[in-house]
Amino acid sequence: MKISGAKMVVEALKKEGVKTIFGYPGGAIMNVYDELYKQNDIQHVLTRHEQGAVHAAEGFAKITGEVGVALVTSGPGFTNAVTGLANAYMDSTPIVVISGQVPMSLIGTDAFQEIDAVGISRACTKHNYLVTDAKELPRIIKEAFYIARSGRPGPVHIDIPKDVTAQIEEFHYPEGISIPTYNPVTKGEMEQIQKAIQLIKESKRPLLYIGGGVINSNSSNLVREFAKKTGIPAVETLMARGAMGYDNPLLISMVGMHGSYSANIAMSEADLIISLGARFDDRVTGKLSEFAKGAKVIHVDIDPSSINKLVKVDVGIVGDLNFVLSDMLPLLDEVEPERFQEWRETIEKNEKLHPLKYEKVQGVLKPQEVIEKIGEMLGNDANITTDVGQHQMWAGQFYPFTRGRQFNTSGGLGTMGYGFPSAMGVKVGDPNRVSINISGDGSILMNIQELMTAVEYKIPVINVILNNNYLGMVRQWQTLFYDDRISETDLSAQPDFIKLAESFGGIGYRVETIEEFEKALKDAISKNVVALIDVKVDRRENVMPMVPAGGSLYNMILN
Amino acid sequence: MNQNQRHVISVIVKNESNVLARISGLFAGRGYNIESLTVAPIPGEELSRLTIETYGTNEIVEQIEKQLNKLIPVLKVIERDDFIEKEMAIIKVPIEENLSDFDALCRAYNGKIVNVGTNAIIGMVADDPKRVAFFIEAVKRFHPLEIIRSGVVAIER
Ligand SMILES: Cc1ncc(C[n+]2csc(CCOP(=O)(O)OP(=O)(O)O)c2C)c(N)n1
Ligand SMILES: [Mg+2]
Repeated sequence: MKISGAKMVVEALKKEGVKTIFGYPGGAIMNVYDELYKQNDIQHVLTRHEQGAVHAAEGFAKITGEVGVALVTSGPGFTNAVTGLANAYMDSTPIVVISGQVPMSLIGTDAFQEIDAVGISRACTKHNYLVTDAKELPRIIKEAFYIARSGRPGPVHIDIPKDVTAQIEEFHYPEGISIPTYNPVTKGEMEQIQKAIQLIKESKRPLLYIGGGVINSNSSNLVREFAKKTGIPAVETLMARGAMGYDNPLLISMVGMHGSYSANIAMSEADLIISLGARFDDRVTGKLSEFAKGAKVIHVDIDPSSINKLVKVDVGIVGDLNFVLSDMLPLLDEVEPERFQEWRETIEKNEKLHPLKYEKVQGVLKPQEVIEKIGEMLGNDANITTDVGQHQMWAGQFYPFTRGRQFNTSGGLGTMGYGFPSAMGVKVGDPNRVSINISGDGSILMNIQELMTAVEYKIPVINVILNNNYLGMVRQWQTLFYDDRISETDLSAQPDFIKLAESFGGIGYRVETIEEFEKALKDAISKNVVALIDVKVDRRENVMPMVPAGGSLYNMILN
Repeated sequence: MNQNQRHVISVIVKNESNVLARISGLFAGRGYNIESLTVAPIPGEELSRLTIETYGTNEIVEQIEKQLNKLIPVLKVIERDDFIEKEMAIIKVPIEENLSDFDALCRAYNGKIVNVGTNAIIGMVADDPKRVAFFIEAVKRFHPLEIIRSGVVAIER
């Protein structure tokens, strides 16, 4: 049957099993919107900003492991979507963003709402396409979904000129796929795996360094088994929270700039670092020349370019963690957990010496307390999203995560405004769990318009605003490194968050004690409507410990 | 071995729009340098071959190769230190210069005079990149008006 390019888009999405897309219409993409109107299989969620649409698609992908989809128009519609693409790129999240483009005859003429979209997205996508012929559309969409989800996942952008969505052609959605130039590796080389096992057997102070790849590949269970079988302790990056489970005796804590003392010391004193889906980001390693000086390094990653990029490794294994870990596990029989007893005791001592902690003060609500309270009330029953800043780090430090994908945060790009829309995507993807966005008074305003979307589509995200009247994380750096010169970070000017929520048809709370907070959260959950909980917390609290940027992991500011 | 060294990288890519932008954008975005770059279709195939001459440490060149391989339309990345390399140069010198001396120099570098006009003589050479560099030194005494280098092309032995 011959159909239009626009209908092909909708049919292809159906073939990919897409049920929900997030988007915002405009001139160049109207043909596709017209086709959406004519069908009922795909629900479209009209966000109130294209950035919100792409973050929502990412939140959906993060919780489900499926490809998230966003649809935007040309020009400003597309440029508004760029932050979302960049965020998904840095955090390796599989999404497909489809944008309209001016008709082919107008490309290059500075036409109304024309922008070189693929030129812009090239630097922040895994791959992108400008479709110049509707005959190519089925193949391109098929490829886009495959590329987004396979290998190291990432965002793919498809730009479609308006005349291509109008073009009528025969539609056959390809069954199989073959991209001769793209063959992601899945199984690790056995020879390298043997070498890794040998290093583990020889080591005295090995450490599992767990990154977001473990979450993306759903290999948490294998990682837990690995740790249990060998007795090797583990640290998690921000992106890997939930992989081991907070109550796992072998989990030390988060590592890096705001990692725990014992996690960072373990990283510095290990004689073997086993990196699983982590990428030695500067927020984790601190000063590279001082990083893990006495350690050999085994690095397992799906992306060959992550290996030897920053840290010279002794054994590099390119592959999917599911395959690599399954190959490794039977070879670990000879590794006796007793071998590392002394090492674990040292770590335990350090944990007792400087646990992750904060000072409770009578009459002052500490932000960490609020996060602990959410954990206590909801634990495994909530999915936790964050914005970016101090509140994000406290969430990483203090929430009792129990499973992979429970934590959704902007790690690589650090995008303020990511939280609320992506927490909507999480709620759509996992409607039976409470979706909480732990946010800041700065971040929440960066996509506050999504209140309208959440009300309209009944997506009851609960935004917990840890309100310190500051761009807190920047204020913390100013306090510590700029003699407390508070340059443009004082957010004393604030909206009335209750009225703000109510004006959209949501619900708002203002709380100052932990009891009030507990009541508000309970109430918000029972009301089942989008909520803003404005929590007045200690203004001057700092995130501790802290490794100053560019410093050695050894040199932590502890309080 | 942590020194900036010259490396030649051959990249086989699918012939599609944007592919050159992807590659040059990768070099620009990640701060790698391009000393020279040549690109042309491979006859009879839907592929093109790029030859990139770059300077970097071994670590950087390892990253360049890996990053290139990550680009979807890249089929193959070849890095060798024993490529057969050739480069061409064309040189314009004033008509007043000694024609036969200039011709002799070009011939010494596997070239010849390709045009003599009213104002200028044009010669060409095609040789190993290192020798082309020598030639460009040597040709200075003919007061060249213009020198154009083609960039390196390379093939595996
Ligand atoms: C879009 C964007 N702009 C600027 C920054 C820089 N930045 C990082 S944290 C932060 C402060 C965030 O303030 P808030 O949301 O109130 O969180 P808090 O640190 O106070 O918990 C800023 C401005 C950023 N990460 N993202
Ligand atoms: Mg704040």
